[in-house]
Amino acid sequence: MSARIKWRRFVSNFMLTLTGVCAIVSVSVLFFILGYLVFNGGTSINWAFFTRLPTPVGEAGGGMANAIIGSAKLLMAASLLGVPIGFLGGIYLAEFSGSAVASVVRYAADLLNGVPSIVIGIFAYSLVVLPFKHFSTLAGAFALGLMMIPITLRSTEEFLNGVPRYLREAAMALGASKWKTIASVVVPAAYRGILTAILLALARVAGETAPLLFTAFGNRFWSPGWEQPTASLPVMIFTYAVSPYEDWHRQAWAAGLVLLGLILIINILARTILSRGIAVPRS
Amino acid sequence: MQASSKPGLSVNIVTNTGTGTHSETGPLPMRMTVSKVNFYYGSKQILFDINLGIADKRVTALIGPSGCGKSTLLRAMNRMHETVHTSRLEGEIQLDGQNILAQDVTSLRRRVGMVFQRPNPFPKSIFDNVAYGLRINGIKGSTSEMVEKSLRRAALWEEVKDHLHKSAYDLSGGQQQRLCIARALAVEPEVLLLDEPCSALDPISTAKIEELLVELKSLTTITIVTHNMQQAARVSDFTAFLLTGQMIEFSPTPQLFTTPSDPRTEAYITGRFG
Amino acid sequence: MATSGTTLPNAGPVTGSRSFGSRLRDGDEIARLITLLFAASVVLITVLLVYELWINSAMPRQKFGLHFFVTQVWDPVMDEYGALPFIYGTLVTSALSLLLAVPLGIGAAIFLAELAPPRISDTLQFFIDLLAAVPSVIYGLLGVFIIVPLMRTVIFPGLNKPLGFMPFFKGPSYGVGFLTAGIVMAIMVIPYIISVSREVLLSVPRDQREAALALGSTRWESTWKVVVPFAKTGILGSVFLALARALGETMAVTMVIGNTPKISASLFAPGYSIAAVIANEFTEATGDLYLQALIELGLVLFLLTFILNGLARLLIIVTAQKGSGVPT
Repeated sequence: MSARIKWRRFVSNFMLTLTGVCAIVSVSVLFFILGYLVFNGGTSINWAFFTRLPTPVGEAGGGMANAIIGSAKLLMAASLLGVPIGFLGGIYLAEFSGSAVASVVRYAADLLNGVPSIVIGIFAYSLVVLPFKHFSTLAGAFALGLMMIPITLRSTEEFLNGVPRYLREAAMALGASKWKTIASVVVPAAYRGILTAILLALARVAGETAPLLFTAFGNRFWSPGWEQPTASLPVMIFTYAVSPYEDWHRQAWAAGLVLLGLILIINILARTILSRGIAVPRS
Repeated sequence: MQASSKPGLSVNIVTNTGTGTHSETGPLPMRMTVSKVNFYYGSKQILFDINLGIADKRVTALIGPSGCGKSTLLRAMNRMHETVHTSRLEGEIQLDGQNILAQDVTSLRRRVGMVFQRPNPFPKSIFDNVAYGLRINGIKGSTSEMVEKSLRRAALWEEVKDHLHKSAYDLSGGQQQRLCIARALAVEPEVLLLDEPCSALDPISTAKIEELLVELKSLTTITIVTHNMQQAARVSDFTAFLLTGQMIEFSPTPQLFTTPSDPRTEAYITGRFG
Repeated sequence: MATSGTTLPNAGPVTGSRSFGSRLRDGDEIARLITLLFAASVVLITVLLVYELWINSAMPRQKFGLHFFVTQVWDPVMDEYGALPFIYGTLVTSALSLLLAVPLGIGAAIFLAELAPPRISDTLQFFIDLLAAVPSVIYGLLGVFIIVPLMRTVIFPGLNKPLGFMPFFKGPSYGVGFLTAGIVMAIMVIPYIISVSREVLLSVPRDQREAALALGSTRWESTWKVVVPFAKTGILGSVFLALARALGETMAVTMVIGNTPKISASLFAPGYSIAAVIANEFTEATGDLYLQALIELGLVLFLLTFILNGLARLLIIVTAQKGSGVPT
């Protein structure tokens, strides 16, 4: 074997090993993050964390109960905005529309999807905060709901399109009208994918901080109703992490662990639902 | 069935008819030999006890119905089967008397080239396609001269000489395949393997390539897999007929097509199946 | 089915030739209109978004015009606003993040597409997808408590001592700054590069690789000189996508960039990005001009990501077409 070939083989093995290293490094970041969160935040997770309100600086024993409830409210309200628009809009694209309208709607959805979340926050601010002159849960939910629309829309369309023709034709041959077919046959057939999409959309906005900074803003206390500013997990993490207080840092890690844990669980759940297969037997 | 080979000595070419053996002796050196080869994909066996000699500077055709293993056998000859993890080869394949399975695969593939079923030029210019093999192997000398030489040998030079730096994808299908032949020829392989090179082409391009092959054999030993029997009859000196992984008959081409020894061969070439 | 006297030309795609009347009766027309309403609202929202951004940035646009983009001064006290420090910071951190993420990401994608057996490739891709789901603020946590100290104790000394003569590596370093933000952003952006590049590489036709191998290439040569160039448009698309994401990145950057509206050559200097200044100062903005200047920055950010996303999508479409490129 000539020297040149030996060298080429060496280069080949070296470079390919290097790519393996790149892959391992990239993937291990995930475990690194999780590890750090568990290590630094694990010990701070106790009952108080989930049930107590934040205490004034310096006082020990505060919790993030208001932030947890706040995030839950925000997500609930966001879904009320984002899911119907995305779902019904997706039905329109898949079942009723011509290709011209469909392209426009799809393009708008892709555009919306690509808007940086802080710009969405500005939009929500100008529509919901300015007119009412105060921050509110509603404003935050509006921002988050907007972000859920594109994901829900595209996925609904995709999964509805994936339902085979013969199912629709079977229903129609029995005399079902178009919307009855959609409601009773097509949507149930695609429900798994659509549900997954909604879960993934939720997971995505659950961690969003930027759009909440000047919509829901923040609150050291409970936020009854929908028209007051509210605390949320991501914003608390941000505020605590950049503060100079050790105790707050600790709580930020704990909150990070809770938040990421929830998001990862939803993601894994969603993906396993999807991979279990589509609810329609293949022809 | 036996086939022994040492380059330059006379060899027995033996065919297996199932009922007896039938031998031919000729003073032809064997460039490559295949001995007792069994091939598996995982647990499924594809080739059963293949023995075959590829005569130097001749065209050998492998024919047979779909799925008979002829492409698998061809690909084993330059160890392309190794790109599939589950493949396993037993037996010996020799090039110039040396077992190819014991050599460095990169050097082997320079000596045994391949042209594929669908034309697959690289997304580069015509020139860079032909020059690719020269460059990675560090072959010294004037690249443009060598590229021209290959393109002439592939009967493509006149058509592309003013467009060498255009993309290979601008060429027609037939031209692209001749480009692939030129690309393979550039490194001056001792053996050229062609896997149904004309099956994706129109009749005119096919005819051009068949002419080419007959001219090329003086430069390089050729082994061609084809499902087109007439092509095999036109182009090759020796033909091997495979059926479900076994080699049924291997004879000089005129003989196989006019007086086949095995009834299965006869059934295939008269079109009763396949 | 009795039909009413009117028969309208068929407007829908698959409804066949049912008359308007019968469609109305069955509720199909209502269903169509309702879903159309919702679909249209998406377009409406998007248009409204651009409109609001435009309207609410009128004051600084009128006052500063194009000067906004070349002024370095950001002085809320004097009501003088210029976008340059933020554009600079955004571009520098994004460029740094790509510099780090692209080689690593493409390397990993090559491994996943060319070398790893399918099961391992899919499993690793699963983890990469999870990485993409990690929220920005968590990366920010990592940045503040791990990378910033690392920068102060290891990276800065490590680079400053040998290379401190160059303006890029001059000190001092407080741990935060352009490079820190670039590193954090790189970590965030790698999953996007890997996912898209891996897919694009997997779609390169087998026989390209085989042709290279058959000419005596080593595995690396066939990958690097044939497969990757074949996929290069799509890979470039993945980089643009990653860049679009990096540009809009807010929280993690805000937490580690140093929040200083100054342009500095040194990578270790603190700076500011468009998203970061909006995040930090929006609620503090006293006065309409201040607020609207921030909104104008938001408009700039929107336009940047809009263009990049468009380019990325174009590139990925072009690759998909090329995959079936060889004419017969």
